[in-house]
Amino acid sequence: MTFDAVVHVSLRPGIADPQGATIERALPALGFEGVSGVGVGKAISFRVEAADEAAARSLVEDLCHRFLTNPVIEDSSITLQPADVPVA
Amino acid sequence: MARHVAVIRFPGTNCEFDVVEAVESLGGTAEIVFHDQTSLGAADAVVVAGGFAHGDYLRPGAIARFSPVMDAVGVFAAAGGPVVGICNGFQVLTEAGLLPGALQKNAGLKFRCEMSELRVETTDSVLTSASSVGRVVRIPINHFEGNYTCSDETLAELRGEDRIVFRYVDNPNGSVDDIAGVCSAGRNVVGLMPHPERACHELLGSTDGRELLASFL
Repeated sequence: MTFDAVVHVSLRPGIADPQGATIERALPALGFEGVSGVGVGKAISFRVEAADEAAARSLVEDLCHRFLTNPVIEDSSITLQPADVPVA
Repeated sequence: MARHVAVIRFPGTNCEFDVVEAVESLGGTAEIVFHDQTSLGAADAVVVAGGFAHGDYLRPGAIARFSPVMDAVGVFAAAGGPVVGICNGFQVLTEAGLLPGALQKNAGLKFRCEMSELRVETTDSVLTSASSVGRVVRIPINHFEGNYTCSDETLAELRGEDRIVFRYVDNPNGSVDDIAGVCSAGRNVVGLMPHPERACHELLGSTDGRELLASFL
């Protein structure tokens, strides 16, 4: 099966997030009030071939742990859905 | 005893020639080894030089650690060979698991490019064996992601095993416990954010890097 995967990488609590802090500081000047807790992460999307969803998730988790995130400073969450692929 | 130093260059490394110049000025010899090489040749010491390996894409060091040459560096380090990672090289060594912890963005949210003062905390490392504990050296920094962080357990281990090699006198980036450099359990792998190779000539404002690199050579 083919799956569309999206990995959201976010900084762990307590890890410096200069982009988030800068965006948050700019908001009042732009007239946006009441917005707080801005955090900037990354979204990494790709396709995975695997026997089933559990196998796909296992592969993506391994990929996250070994490459896409640094577990010392980052967390990740994974979204998987069957890809809308044309029948060959 | 002057050594022959392999200076690792990834696409985006930009401090390799400074390291070669510094090593040669101290009587050593050096050669630049590109990231796609699988052998370190006749080298008996390794420097992972600073810069922006692989553009720092994904994270500093994240892609560099998978370069073929890093397997050779890992084998070399495991055999007790001296390895020093400077700035981006330090980031590469943490990503490669050769040193603990990680480097996060500076707490002040600014890129810091300035002279810094470091206190030598141990002489039991390949970069400080010719120095003395408590000595303050002036070595420049040039980084945005130099804020050393690690788990509480790792920090306790580093302290307990005397593996914090340098501390900043005036912490410029928020590093935990003022850490500027650490070493491996075997004490032969050292990583630091400041650039000793840029403090090897009076014209550069400091010659303190010479005594550090002399330890290494």
